[in-house]
Amino acid sequence: MYKIIEKRTLAPGVHFMRVDAPLVARSAMPGQFIILRVLEEGERIPLTIADYDRTEGWVTIIFQEVGHTTGLLAELGIGDHILDFAGPLGRASELDRYSRVLCIGGGVGTAPLYPQIKHMHEAGTEVDVILGARSRDYILLADEIRRCCSRLYIATDDGSLGHKGFVTDLLKELVSGGERYDHVIAIGPLVMMKAVSALTREFMIPTTVSMNPIMVDGTGMCGGCRVTVGGKTRYACVDGPDFDGHLVDFDEAMRRQQMYRQEEKESHICRLPGMGGQVR
Amino acid sequence: MSVTYAKTPMRVQDPAVRRNNFDEVALGYTLDEAMAEAGRCLQCKKPMCVAGCPVNVQIPAFIKALTKGEFESAYNIINETNNLPSICGRVCPQEEQCEKQCILSKKGEGIAIGRLERFVGDGFLDNEEPANRALPSNGQKVAVVGSGPAGLTAAADLAKFGYEVTVFEAFHEPGGVLIYGIPEFRLPKALVKKEISKLKALGVRFLTNVIIGKTLTVDDLLEDGYSAVFIGSGAGLPRFLDIPGENLNGVYSANEYLTRINLMKAYDFPHSHTPVKHGRKVAVIGGGNVAMDAARCALRLGAEEVHIIYRRSMEEMPARAEEVKHAREEGIIFDILTNPIEILGQDGWVKGLRCVKMELGEPDESGRRKPVEIKGSEFGTDFDMVIIAIGTSPNPLITASTPDLKTTRFGGIMVDEATGATSKEGVYAGGDAVTGAATVIQAMGAGKRAALAIHRKLSEKACINFAVNLNAAK
Repeated sequence: MYKIIEKRTLAPGVHFMRVDAPLVARSAMPGQFIILRVLEEGERIPLTIADYDRTEGWVTIIFQEVGHTTGLLAELGIGDHILDFAGPLGRASELDRYSRVLCIGGGVGTAPLYPQIKHMHEAGTEVDVILGARSRDYILLADEIRRCCSRLYIATDDGSLGHKGFVTDLLKELVSGGERYDHVIAIGPLVMMKAVSALTREFMIPTTVSMNPIMVDGTGMCGGCRVTVGGKTRYACVDGPDFDGHLVDFDEAMRRQQMYRQEEKESHICRLPGMGGQVR
Repeated sequence: MSVTYAKTPMRVQDPAVRRNNFDEVALGYTLDEAMAEAGRCLQCKKPMCVAGCPVNVQIPAFIKALTKGEFESAYNIINETNNLPSICGRVCPQEEQCEKQCILSKKGEGIAIGRLERFVGDGFLDNEEPANRALPSNGQKVAVVGSGPAGLTAAADLAKFGYEVTVFEAFHEPGGVLIYGIPEFRLPKALVKKEISKLKALGVRFLTNVIIGKTLTVDDLLEDGYSAVFIGSGAGLPRFLDIPGENLNGVYSANEYLTRINLMKAYDFPHSHTPVKHGRKVAVIGGGNVAMDAARCALRLGAEEVHIIYRRSMEEMPARAEEVKHAREEGIIFDILTNPIEILGQDGWVKGLRCVKMELGEPDESGRRKPVEIKGSEFGTDFDMVIIAIGTSPNPLITASTPDLKTTRFGGIMVDEATGATSKEGVYAGGDAVTGAATVIQAMGAGKRAALAIHRKLSEKACINFAVNLNAAK
């Protein structure tokens, strides 16, 4: 059992939790993730580590209520326990070989990006950041990130904060305007990472994206998280989650993400009050 | 005494009924049936069956106790060398091991040793007090990585020798393949849980959600005060065929499919929150026990038609004869000498399979006749789900994080077969992590050998330390 020691709601349906998990914190690195389970009949879901403290023994996660499990997780509060919390999983991000990096975070994708920005900043890398979201409410961790980057740009779909439009607009503007980056790191919805990667391919800037596919064990055993990268099948859990954005087959990844959409709909209906919680 | 050459049959659930449920297929012997079967044993002076058992269960001795109605003594005899009789009685390939060696099998059917082992084991499942009590703690800690058959066996033996044993399990529940892989209808999970609770009663500590190689490394364990580490981390990454269409929606590895169903109880969705696709017409590729398990699960989840697609013939099929028989009775269709070359898709979902017919040629390095493609025999069949059950390759998590652990060219951990000792001091390994996919009992045998080797090594060290201290005191 893993105790929740802090919980905050960052935006409607987006929550931050600090979880007591000393063993995970002990070896966590930026870019890695955990797998959690909320209750006995619960599903195992992967969530990226947003921050950690080795000495205090905690790990933070930031998640959006998108399905049944994240909904159940959101119901937990300070002092409650998460049943299972395993990690850190995946490879740590390779962050120590760049001199000037542009980090692009979309929605809750900003959460896993934050420890990477922090790590690079502390190592003396110059980091510029673009954050994008639906509206200003969904721009996460802007204050924290501002403290550890050179310049922060913001884009919102509705124009409620920063540029009205997409992160790719800002990316294009910066690079066309003469800014030079030796690497781009993009984490966010698949459609955003796809658009960013298409653009950076044109600009010939190497780009890393972080994949978050459906998984069961997170240790390489199930193969459910397969991603096609450069024509080869890779496992996001053990080979990733970071991959070369120019080589990832995003269309396939988006399709695989939809695998259980029908089941999610059904389960939603039968979990409604009065339906007896049973389909069959 | 007249000799009976036929096994006492074991009752099974009617195939027409059981194909719709996850309840156990084989129902076990009644007391009378067990006594009748035990009575067939000739009590050979030089029992070949014992030599055929990877953990050398004293088979004639336990059967003799059984015939005398001394059940506890029968259990204790088995338990001396086998900590998991109820499990082995169900999933061991006895027909390839002990029963194959039985003298009766020369003229008829060998003794149903597995069924008797199951009968005896089941009678003591609820005994919380372990039959063999552990020695008092010797104060030394040993770490066991993985809680499948190899790890559980090593843990039990080490605990009995007096070590403080901690088992590290990556999943949220201990049991390894016994829990995530082998389905309920072949090995009820309640039974595995009881066997594990017996180990807990022996003082073995289980730490779930700890992934060795990630959460902690093998070196962390050695630094944290564990005198030895046994790695029984099991099968690794599922292998795929490397044919077009394998990443279509509706294609599963058998590992994923079975884990969703067995460990995550997806058959009970949405009460259990993990979903699994329900195929209408399902192709399972492969001919091992895992393929049979996956096929029979698909049937139980309501598939109208399930095909096993295997590139060799029935004779070469690695699955246990009993599993093939049960699958056939339930209506699984066997497409033998058939090799898939492409998974066909439509709108991103599985639509069918393109295969070629094969014929058997010369024997290959495995000694089995090599399947050769028949030119121009390509054909397509409609399927809406494909499950790939062609084995696994070793998991790199532990070897990648332990640089001084030598591996074989297949990526398995290199060990001395007799002791399980690896290239790294104090580190032992066994089971699928070493051999690649093998059987439960082989993994248990490896766990046993390693436990003994660890005990010898650590006692030797303790003796030397004692002598050194004694000299120093003088």
